[in-house]
Amino acid sequence: MGRNPTDTHDISDRFLTYGYAAILTFLTLSGFGQMPIFKRYYIADIPGLGWLAKFFITHYIHYLGAILLLVFFAYWVVQYLLVKRNRIEITRSGYLRAAMLGGILISGGFMVFRNLDGVWLPPGFIILLNLVHLGLVMMFLATAFYCLISKKTWTRVPSTNM
Amino acid sequence: MESKLSRRAFLKGGVAAACTLAATQVPAAEASPDTQQHLATLIDIRKCVGCEECVDACRTANAAKYPDPEKPFPKMYPKRVKTADWSKKQETQDRLTPYNWLYIQQAEVTVNGEEQEITIPRRCMHCSNPPCVKLCPWGAAKQQKNGISRIDSNICLGGSKCKSVCPWKIPQRQTGVGLYLDLLPSFAGNGVMYKCDRCYSRVAKGELPACIEACPEEVQTIGPRDEIIKKAHEMAKESNAYIYGEKENGGTNTLYISPVPFEELNRAIEKGKGKPHLAPADNTMAQGNNLAAAMLIAPLAGAAAAVGKYYNLTKKGGDQNGA
Repeated sequence: MGRNPTDTHDISDRFLTYGYAAILTFLTLSGFGQMPIFKRYYIADIPGLGWLAKFFITHYIHYLGAILLLVFFAYWVVQYLLVKRNRIEITRSGYLRAAMLGGILISGGFMVFRNLDGVWLPPGFIILLNLVHLGLVMMFLATAFYCLISKKTWTRVPSTNM
Repeated sequence: MESKLSRRAFLKGGVAAACTLAATQVPAAEASPDTQQHLATLIDIRKCVGCEECVDACRTANAAKYPDPEKPFPKMYPKRVKTADWSKKQETQDRLTPYNWLYIQQAEVTVNGEEQEITIPRRCMHCSNPPCVKLCPWGAAKQQKNGISRIDSNICLGGSKCKSVCPWKIPQRQTGVGLYLDLLPSFAGNGVMYKCDRCYSRVAKGELPACIEACPEEVQTIGPRDEIIKKAHEMAKESNAYIYGEKENGGTNTLYISPVPFEELNRAIEKGKGKPHLAPADNTMAQGNNLAAAMLIAPLAGAAAAVGKYYNLTKKGGDQNGA
C-alpha cells in the first residue's frame, strides 16, 4: 500500500516541532528579559547571552519571535482544518495548551497595539495585561514541561473499533 | 551691556510672539487627564535668566511626593546590585535626582558674535510615545491621555528599566522605598524611580505646573501640542531660532527654542549622570512598531503556507489517482 499523499508526517512536521521549540525558547528568554533580571543575576555575563541585558534587543527579538509564532500557529491551525482534522484529534492537554497560547497571543497583541504611536490604553488595563500575559506564560511553561516529561502529545490518532 | 542689548534685540520678536501664548492657567479642555489632546510646553531658553525660581517651585510643589526611605536598606543580592541613596543629598540642585526633578543647565555659546551664557531648564521631555511608559514591565510608568507621563511610586519596583530606555536617562532611583520592600527586597527590585510628573494633579485642576507659574520671565508656555508646535515654528522663523523636541524620539511634549543650533548647545553643556544631553534622539519605539506591522501579516503568511501545502498534496493525490 502506497503512502497516503496527504500524510503530513514529513519534513515540514519536524520543522514545525523544532522551529516551535526554538521560537518558544527565544520568546521565553526575551520575554523574561523585559524585566531587569538577567544582568542582576549574572546570566547576561554568560558568553553569548549579553543581549539579554539589552532591553531594545530583547524587545525586537520578542516581536520577531511573536511574528514567527503567529506564522506557525496559523499554519498549524489551517493545516489541521484542511488536512488532518479527519485523521487526528487534539488531546485535552493539547486544547489546554492551545487555549493558553491563544491567551498569550491575545494579551501580547494588546501590548503590541499599546506600544504604537498615538495609542492610549487605561493604565489599569495595562497592568492587568502585564499580569495576565506573565501569568499565562508561567502556566503555559509549567504545563508544557509537565507534558514533555509525561510524554503527553498535542494530538493523537483516534482509536478505531474494528 | 552691549551683549545684553544685543540679546534683547534678538529676543524682541520672540518675546512678542510668546506673550500671545502666555497663559495663567491650562486651557480647561486640556486640563483633564482624560483629554485626547496632548499638552506640550514650549521652553524659550532665550528668555531664561537661570534664576532657579522654577527649580524652587518644583521642589516645593512636589515635596510631598519625594521619597522617605527606610534605613538601613535591605541587604542586596547579589552583591553587584548597588543601592542609590539621595536622601542625604536632597539639596542637590545641579542635576536630576529623586529630590530634584528640574534643574538649570548652563552653556557658554556665541550668539551673533557675542559670548553668552545660556541657561536651560531641564526635566522630563514627556515623549509623545514614551519608552519609559511603554516598556515598563509592570505598568508602573503611566501616560495620561493629556500626554503627561509619570511613575506611580506605589507600584514601581525601581528596576530602572525606564531610565535605561529613556534617550535622556531622566528617571532617578531612590533605594529603600516602595513596593519592593513588601515583596523580596533583597532579591528583586531596588526602590522607586522618580521624575517630573508635570504637576499632573495641578494640571487636572486647571492650574499651571509649578515651574511655569513661578517663572518671572515667562520662559515656558503650555498648550495643545499642535498649537505649541505651530507657535514654535513661528518664533523660530521670526528670529532664526532653533527647535528641539519636535522630532526627537519621535516627538516630545517639551519643545525648546534656542538662539543657537542644538548641536552647539549640546557641545557646550555638561553632560553625564542626571545631566541629559541635547543631541538628536532617534525614535526608540519606531523599529519595534515597524515589526508590529509584520505581526498583522504573519497569520496570513502561515495560513497561506498551509493552504499551499494542501493544494500541492491534493494535486499530487489527483495525479497519482489519474496515473
